[in-house]
Amino acid sequence: MAEEKILLRMEHITKTFPGVKALDDVSFDLKAGEVHALLGENGAGKSTLIKVLGGIYHPDAGDIYINGEKADIHSVTSAQRNGIAIIHQELVLVPYMTVAENIFLGREVMKGKFVNHRAMETEAQKLLDEYDMHVQASELLVNLSIAQQQMVEIVKAISYHSRILVMDEPTSSISDKEVEHLFKIMRTLTEEGVGIIYISHKMSELQEICDRVTVMRDGGYVGTRVVKETSNDELIAMMVGRTLTSYYTRDFLEGGDEVLKVQHLSDGDMVRDVSFEARKGEIVGFAGLVGAGRSETMQAIFGLSGHIKGQIFVEGKEVQIHTPLDALASGIALVPEDRKKDGLYLSQSVRYNMTIEVLKSFIGKMRVDAKKEEEITQKYIDMLSIKTPTHEQRIGNLSGGNQQKVLIGRWLATQPKILILDEPTRGVDVGAKSEIYTIMNQLAKQGMTILMVSSELPEIINMSDRVYVFAEGLVTGCLKHDEVSQESIMKLAAS
Amino acid sequence: MKGVKNYFKENAGILAALIVLCGALALLPSTHRAFVSSQNFFNVLRQISTNMFLACGMTMVIILGGIDLSVGSIIALAGCIEAGMVVHLNMPLPIALIIGMGIGLLVGMFNGLVISRTTIPAFIVTLATMNIAKGFAYVYTGGSPVRVMTDEWKFVGAGHVGIVPTPVIIMAVVLIITGIIMNKTRLGRHIYAVGGNVQAAEFSGIDVKKVKFLIHSYSGLMAGLAGVVLASRMYSGQPTAGEGAEMDAIAATVVGGTSMAGGSGKIGGTIIGALIIGFLNNGLNLMNVNSFWQYVVKGIVILGAVFVDFLRNRNKKS
Repeated sequence: MAEEKILLRMEHITKTFPGVKALDDVSFDLKAGEVHALLGENGAGKSTLIKVLGGIYHPDAGDIYINGEKADIHSVTSAQRNGIAIIHQELVLVPYMTVAENIFLGREVMKGKFVNHRAMETEAQKLLDEYDMHVQASELLVNLSIAQQQMVEIVKAISYHSRILVMDEPTSSISDKEVEHLFKIMRTLTEEGVGIIYISHKMSELQEICDRVTVMRDGGYVGTRVVKETSNDELIAMMVGRTLTSYYTRDFLEGGDEVLKVQHLSDGDMVRDVSFEARKGEIVGFAGLVGAGRSETMQAIFGLSGHIKGQIFVEGKEVQIHTPLDALASGIALVPEDRKKDGLYLSQSVRYNMTIEVLKSFIGKMRVDAKKEEEITQKYIDMLSIKTPTHEQRIGNLSGGNQQKVLIGRWLATQPKILILDEPTRGVDVGAKSEIYTIMNQLAKQGMTILMVSSELPEIINMSDRVYVFAEGLVTGCLKHDEVSQESIMKLAAS
Repeated sequence: MKGVKNYFKENAGILAALIVLCGALALLPSTHRAFVSSQNFFNVLRQISTNMFLACGMTMVIILGGIDLSVGSIIALAGCIEAGMVVHLNMPLPIALIIGMGIGLLVGMFNGLVISRTTIPAFIVTLATMNIAKGFAYVYTGGSPVRVMTDEWKFVGAGHVGIVPTPVIIMAVVLIITGIIMNKTRLGRHIYAVGGNVQAAEFSGIDVKKVKFLIHSYSGLMAGLAGVVLASRMYSGQPTAGEGAEMDAIAATVVGGTSMAGGSGKIGGTIIGALIIGFLNNGLNLMNVNSFWQYVVKGIVILGAVFVDFLRNRNKKS
């Protein structure tokens, strides 16, 4: 930490929406040169607090002090004037503009009446190079990766001379290598005296990058700890308000007969000669860096890729899978990685989302068996303890964890032998995560074979009977449960 | 019963608008006598029928996340060719009718084929076929109406069964069929899936191409039907028929609560939307409002209806 100056103090912030107290007397402070993590389950009030800071919401009570002076933040521009910059989880940049134009959007460098593109590009490039971001200022934004777009957001914030930077789950969709680069830039910034508020679900990152951590729960302030002096268990207990006796539930039983065997599967550059097998009642983990070809392998098995080579055997018989319907007929189901993009019908009800895969079982010739449909919906709501007021609730209004459970329910309804879960707990809060692990354990005990792709190593390590590690489209190794560790996986993943 | 209750709840706003509109027309001294007669009532329904056919297809297409601009031109082309078959080739009417509707189906299938096999937006594809169909209607007729004066010809559009006009009976049948497709079949559910999230639909194993093709074909068929009914009512196939009809169909759909973004909407709402627009036209005529002003009033009503919906949704969210 460069200095102990308090950049920001938020005191006794209260914000009520009709029917809910979103923030209840929350206080928070940020020192110059520190990374301060904001932790809490979905709905704990983190984003509401950030929106108050960013001038999007007006608090009902409470004060904000910046550099010791009371600040009146009533709009997004006044937040900017006070040196506050927020990098949202969903990036808000204009796709068909250059990097430079995005950075200077709304305050273009002018030459008389016209925009001076050259001056803007030079200025932007200077900033990009200063922070060692390998991005061209003249490039169109659409041509950049998510990580690079984040860099552009950061440079944009710096160009506003922001002293207070808020990052909302910046690592949720970038690879490990890119995360390292991001952390390097964050360290450079804090050395210059910038304070960073860091929102993340990933506990492992706290140790690496954060100095202090504040935990929120149900709109209230729970406590602030120095990261070095606390433990993950303490933080989790603070977040969920109780001690989770066992975060991971898993009875490691002897696997049964071989259910799935994949041999020499190839699909372009992403999947290269992949072979593996899975037994009845096993949870098989698939580890590796983002882009190592794990999701692509699963999608190939599920019939989402047109031109695959290789053989797939289900229960000893070779199957031809060209479409998802073929996969379903062979007893394979896939819960995709990006549930908003690839899974949910957001404007539709829980019931619709739950039953779309099994319409055949209750829609006959011009007749809908509504009772059967409700039964199916209720069955999986009970089984997965999904919290929803009614079957007709719009799924977009549920929490991430409950949305994920509905998706799992949708595919369980097809009664698969093999369930593929791609990042089953991404964007899901801690409590729901633990519940999903319990469900996976139960399913495996009942004889289902689960293939789990995950980028969260603790999840892979604690849940998998065996782990296949991928690197650049190849299987680089298979580890048994007792051989699995962070080190053994990373060694294979980097090879 | 629950369905009925939900229907009233979901469409409370536009139902109220429809009732206010009809109430005003029934009570106003200037329109009272003309409006409150069974003859006028059936007249309005007869006028609405063309728009209702189009709106049935349009609702599905819009839920699918697209639009069909070609339906107005299909009305002209289908009517002209049907009339031409009878007048120039002396074909029996039933065959001419089938050919007329078949023309609509063909254009719809073409739309569906291009839209499902390429990434060209439905707006552009149907904008093109709108011009093509209209062009063919003019080329075929040389620009002047093809007149048919037989009693047989009148039956479909201008005839009666008992006291009920034929098009009203056809309309009832079409609405029932559309309702069944949308609410009682797997295809119906798939429309919402494709319109709500194409990518998820693909992950679900839904044949997205087939759904798009079928729905656009259906919309074309409905336009063909509207074409032959209107041609019968006008005793002729006219290349100018159906001019701007696509806009009325879109208006009925949107006023009925279907989202232009796709993924949500109900045929029940569209029915009310079409009735509102139909009764509004009727009322303005009865009040002798100049037809130029009618456009202005119609525009304001469309905007008003959608705006009320916007307010209701905003309140629901917060």
